[in-house]
Amino acid sequence: MALLTVRNLHARVAGKDILKGIDLEVRPGEVHAIMGPNGSGKSTLASVLAGRDGYEVTQGEVLFDGKPLLELSPEERATAGVFLAFQYPVEIPGVGNLHFLRTALNAQRRVRGLEELDAMDFLQLAKEKSKLVKLDTAFMNRSVNEGFSGGEKKRNEVFQMAVLEPRLAILDETDSGLDIDALRTVAGGVNALRSPERGMVLITHYQRLLDYIVPDKVHVMAAGRIIRSGGRELALELEEKGYGWLGLKDGASTAVAAKGGEVRR
Amino acid sequence: MSTDTLQELTRRPYEAGFVTAVESDTFPPGLSEDVIRQLSEKKGEPAFLLEWRLKAFRHWLTMKEPTWQAVKYAPIDYQAISYYSAPRQKPKKGSLDEVDPEILRTYEKLGIPLHEQKLLQNVAVDAVFDSVSVATTFKDKLAKAGVIFCSFSEAVREHPELVKKYLGSVVPYSDNFFAALNSAVFSDGSFVYIPKGVRCPMELSTYFRINAAETGQFERTLIVADEGSYVSYLEGCTAPQRDTNQLHAAVVELVALDGATIKYSTVQNWYPGDAEGRGGIYNFVTKRGIAHRGSRISWTQVETGSAITWKYPSVILKGDDSVGEFYSVALTNNLQQADTGTKMVHIGKNTRSTIVSKGISAGRGQNTYRGLVKVLKSAENARNYTQCDSLLLGDKCGAHTVPYIEVKNASAQVEHEASTSKIGEDQLFYCRQRGISQEDAVSMIVNGFCRQVFKELPMEFAVEAQKLLGVSLEGSVG
Repeated sequence: MALLTVRNLHARVAGKDILKGIDLEVRPGEVHAIMGPNGSGKSTLASVLAGRDGYEVTQGEVLFDGKPLLELSPEERATAGVFLAFQYPVEIPGVGNLHFLRTALNAQRRVRGLEELDAMDFLQLAKEKSKLVKLDTAFMNRSVNEGFSGGEKKRNEVFQMAVLEPRLAILDETDSGLDIDALRTVAGGVNALRSPERGMVLITHYQRLLDYIVPDKVHVMAAGRIIRSGGRELALELEEKGYGWLGLKDGASTAVAAKGGEVRR
Repeated sequence: MSTDTLQELTRRPYEAGFVTAVESDTFPPGLSEDVIRQLSEKKGEPAFLLEWRLKAFRHWLTMKEPTWQAVKYAPIDYQAISYYSAPRQKPKKGSLDEVDPEILRTYEKLGIPLHEQKLLQNVAVDAVFDSVSVATTFKDKLAKAGVIFCSFSEAVREHPELVKKYLGSVVPYSDNFFAALNSAVFSDGSFVYIPKGVRCPMELSTYFRINAAETGQFERTLIVADEGSYVSYLEGCTAPQRDTNQLHAAVVELVALDGATIKYSTVQNWYPGDAEGRGGIYNFVTKRGIAHRGSRISWTQVETGSAITWKYPSVILKGDDSVGEFYSVALTNNLQQADTGTKMVHIGKNTRSTIVSKGISAGRGQNTYRGLVKVLKSAENARNYTQCDSLLLGDKCGAHTVPYIEVKNASAQVEHEASTSKIGEDQLFYCRQRGISQEDAVSMIVNGFCRQVFKELPMEFAVEAQKLLGVSLEGSVG
């Protein structure tokens, strides 16, 4: 059975239709890449799946594990196993990174009827997982994302994912703002978390990320729809020919991306 | 998250709102010289104290209630208040066994068991119920160290020379309207004396409880730390839930002699009134310390209760090299109003002060930081650092910062930083996406905002304060 099923999903933000009929199916173990030019609706899709406020679903449905996802609160979705790695991880001053993560993990465990981890067991777990993305413990005791560099923030997202062990991970432009070394580290962490039970959706503007995390399927989004789906070769073709190849306009060319440039909306 | 949900989230019940059924001995409402004489006689006070009360009362009659603060309330009828209420019990308890069990149960319910074997390790408690002190714990252990910790009434009887010397020495009866009223009618409170060079072996704590209706609570605390001594003192406060407002006008005086350290922490959770603003305590309090050479006075306050809070714990940095600190968290929810801050008056050379104020406004709460940093001509090389941060939850509340800075010495360095932020929907969503409930997320973000202040509190009380803040923001979600 599919882990995630999106059927004819329409959504609007501030009265404006952004998603205009998305269909997507992710099976356990699969890694899907969603590419597309700026403004195509990629991040909106991520936000709608995670349950961010201000996004109104006007049509369609989303099933997670065969059950309706859209009626759940963000925390219920998280507990069900949906994880979003944020494009812009949020700073929470005065709240320790580890304290935050332990609270999150235990909140999820509580709902699932599992015993909560005490501070010692949690520290052990955190230490082990932090190796995946090469974070040291001093870093873990700082306030959540406060004063972190762009690369540290993204590594922290992957670290959280490693600890929370979601069934579906949505990575929203996790590659943006990373230099090549940081990109390798983050990609290494993500690859280590690939498993036959876990599905992943990588949202990215650039093919570059897919050199390091090789997807099973690639989708190209434009103007709120998936206009083309294929295998890894689709991304390579897109890299070579640019979004213009599909008749799409885009402010940033893939050539810029190849040099490691970053584009923010 | 919508503002409505935030409003919803910040509604909560007041857990300390119950009334204890005890017989009490209460004066009829009204205030006159006769009432003060009666009060003084009832407490068997020496003549000097009665004289002082009467002088304060006569002065009070000439004063006007202050109006400069940013709070609104209906005029108080001072003749409608009863100025003395005491639970009826045996004249003076030799041990806890003689305290009315109802009162002991009240403190148990509030989480402050007075039986020593059940007490928090290393915290001595003086419990003030309505107008009088009902029990002081760990007295023997403290006495061995030479520390005096007792009710104010007892201090008047047992140590009149100390009381006479220091009473009104920091906050004179003529200081302000509410301090004058307190000086005239104060009924009890706590007294602490730490002898020279002694490090007080445990935390000292006073727990104030208003129980009777239509009464005011006017307690007075006096702490004298002799040369080179150290003391950490805590106060906590609660009151039953009632529809009418009750007045609490306290005075706290701290004297830190050369090289002494006084840490004074408050966790104030008086009944704040209901969601429509009915009832609640008017907390009009004067707190001030005088710091002699090389001494240190540190105020830490967590103010979550009261309908109105009007208090400015201050330090007069009289001696050279003295240090004053003020760490504050003030939360206003529903229709609560807080006008609070501090005054740091630099007189001595190389005096230093630090002010960290965290204001949290939710519901329709109004929160004002009002602070004065005054550097006199004599205060060569004075330093001040002030940081005022405000956090808004929702869009119907307000935060205001009113700093006054007066510098008369060019070598002084005064820094002021201020920020106002709204609790971010992004922050909440980030927490919730990781599986943390909305309520826990708000509580976590607010606690993070206050961390700088909480770390100044003794361990047990930091935990207490965090819980209190959590409870203060709890409510039914959507």
